Amino acid sequence: MPDLNDDIIAALKEQIFSMNGYKTFHGKDCGVLPKPFTDPLLSRSFPLGVIHEFVCAGSEDYAATTGFTAGVLASLMQGGRFAVWISTNSHLFPPAFTTYGVASERIIFIRLKKENDVLWAMEEALKCDGLAAVIGDVKELSFTASRRLQLAVEDSRVTGFVIRRNIRNLNTTACVTRWKITHLPTDSEDGLPGIGFPHWNVQLLKIRNGKPLNWQLKFVDGGIKVVPQSSQNIQEVHRKIG
Amino acid sequence: MEKRFVAIWFPHLATDWVTRSRRELEIKPFVLSAASGGRMVITASNLTAESNGVFAGMVVADAKAIVPDLEVLIDKPGFTEKLLKRIAIWCIRFSPLVAVDLPGGILLDATGCPHLWNSDQGYVDAIAGRLSDFGYDVRIAMADTIGCAWAMARFGSGSRVIEKGRQLDALLPLPPEALRLPAEDTLLLQQLGLRQVSQVLGIPRASLRRRFGQLLLDRLDMALGNQEENLIPVVPAEPWQERLYSLDPISTMGGIEIALGRLLETLCEKLQQEEKGLRTARFKGFRVDGKTVQVEISTTRPSTSVSHLFKLFELKLQDFNAESGVEVFILEAPVFEDNSPVQQDLWQLGGSQAGIQLSELIDRLSGKYGSGHITRYLPDAHYWPERSIKSAGSLLEQPQVEWRTDRARPVELLPIPEKIEVTAPIPDYPPMLFRHKGKLHTIKKADGPERIEQEWWIEEGEHRDYYAVEDETGKRYWLFRSGHYTGDKSPHWFLHGFFA
Repeated sequence: MPDLNDDIIAALKEQIFSMNGYKTFHGKDCGVLPKPFTDPLLSRSFPLGVIHEFVCAGSEDYAATTGFTAGVLASLMQGGRFAVWISTNSHLFPPAFTTYGVASERIIFIRLKKENDVLWAMEEALKCDGLAAVIGDVKELSFTASRRLQLAVEDSRVTGFVIRRNIRNLNTTACVTRWKITHLPTDSEDGLPGIGFPHWNVQLLKIRNGKPLNWQLKFVDGGIKVVPQSSQNIQEVHRKIG
Repeated sequence: MEKRFVAIWFPHLATDWVTRSRRELEIKPFVLSAASGGRMVITASNLTAESNGVFAGMVVADAKAIVPDLEVLIDKPGFTEKLLKRIAIWCIRFSPLVAVDLPGGILLDATGCPHLWNSDQGYVDAIAGRLSDFGYDVRIAMADTIGCAWAMARFGSGSRVIEKGRQLDALLPLPPEALRLPAEDTLLLQQLGLRQVSQVLGIPRASLRRRFGQLLLDRLDMALGNQEENLIPVVPAEPWQERLYSLDPISTMGGIEIALGRLLETLCEKLQQEEKGLRTARFKGFRVDGKTVQVEISTTRPSTSVSHLFKLFELKLQDFNAESGVEVFILEAPVFEDNSPVQQDLWQLGGSQAGIQLSELIDRLSGKYGSGHITRYLPDAHYWPERSIKSAGSLLEQPQVEWRTDRARPVELLPIPEKIEVTAPIPDYPPMLFRHKGKLHTIKKADGPERIEQEWWIEEGEHRDYYAVEDETGKRYWLFRSGHYTGDKSPHWFLHGFFA
């Protein structure tokens, strides 16, 4: 009875996920997130209602991460929902978000002086279940701080993004995922000169109850698309999962 | 409880008010005048004019004959009354019962108030000090009766505070005008040679009644405290105000929070009944040492939620310095708005509940860090990148123009473009390589130029030629060249943003 076993295992997994604070999109995927996202996350779509951690080395990586986040935000903010972006020293340019399908006027930017204030504000914002997402730019995220954020979202089911700019040490956090997004050279179709569509190497370094993976993604025609398997060399990232 | 009254008299109210806004008039003789019976009659004159012999009631032409450089301003009818009422409302801080006493005076029922200023003298000094700081000439007196305080303010000399029960001694040397009588009665008293109240009091009451009527006796009784007299208070300016008097001065944070909670509950309940919501709330504490502490909060939308408002106040309560203890707590809502169910439906922020939550979140954050840290951006009709966005005024403000998506824009735009060194073929090619912060980037692909002209009607300056470039690792930048290549001078290149 292999089918039945599979069903039981799937149901049990479902239970484990819900205990771990996962949330799936209601209904079908919003179309922005590419299909392969569902595979490595154990037949799950992009996890919502959790804290995602992004690590970036410099301003360029930060920009790439911002672009990817904007692509995800576009689907989260559908239906007139608001997002809050809390940072200390970023100078985000709202018109660019519009190219990724985000209604930039519905993002509230909060700039604070200290990182601790950012974390406090993030926690407060994450408690508001009316928000689509809360994004916070911090350099350091202690385990305790990440645990607080994760606990806040498990209650409110808001999706949180912590973008760790100029990260110094990669410590253990309670975030459900850890991503690293870097630029890839664009390739324009038919050899046209100039810059092509935004092209990123997206590494899922860590995911709770899942395998880390690697994609090459492009933002084409208002959605994130995966670059076909043939043209990318798949490299599995071997990391100890926190 | 024995009553105490304070009478304030402004001898030069109207002219002081004019001087407050026009300082240069302080040393000049000037008068206010109004038409009366076909002539211009002086209604008020300042101290300098009075010292030159120009008084209210004179005809302007006569006054000009005495003081040729006399400045004559037009008096707005009814203005002094309005001004007095405003001052009376301001005086509510000193006592809840304040009345306007025309002409030119204010009366306060100070019963039970002076001990907040330690003593009667301190109380009177505090009022006089504050009013003179505003630039008003003030005469003030405190006594057991309105009549005595009134008389001492206008005709008294020496101490401004008449001790309890000493009003008779104070009144005796005063002229009969101090009895608040009609002009003809005063004149008659003068003509009869009665130049002091003591002389009037020496005459049997029956004779006085026969000669002057009941009014004189009533005034005498009122001034001496034998007959009760009451004030007609001005309407308090704050319709939404709650007071809480504490038995003992409260100095602990716990006590203050309880007081605040109680006041919020009563105020919010009343606001709800009237379908109002407060936008600004002020929590005041009158301290034992005479100082007032207050914290103020404001909300982004009308609110009557006790828990939310309490949270907002909680963030500010550390500034509520109750050192020696607070005796009276006042919570008022200076700014309030209609908060009817109809308006809540208009609140379209992805569901009404989410809208309320969001505005409450913003209230909390702006309460803690200041509202300047929170911005929402709207597109603005400018090409110049720094001016293409503007901050939204409120949560409900909608974009007036569309966001432009026809041109690639970086996700991060540096507030000050950073200078870079480039190697670029001229005239209009993108650079081949550039150095930023000591790191060399070789450019593999580029788009551009996109020329953006400076908006000359806003700011003078060079135009910018923007290039979107990609280096060998795929990192994408927004560079620009400032101005033309002219002669042997090479223009500067800048890094302005990072593309995603």
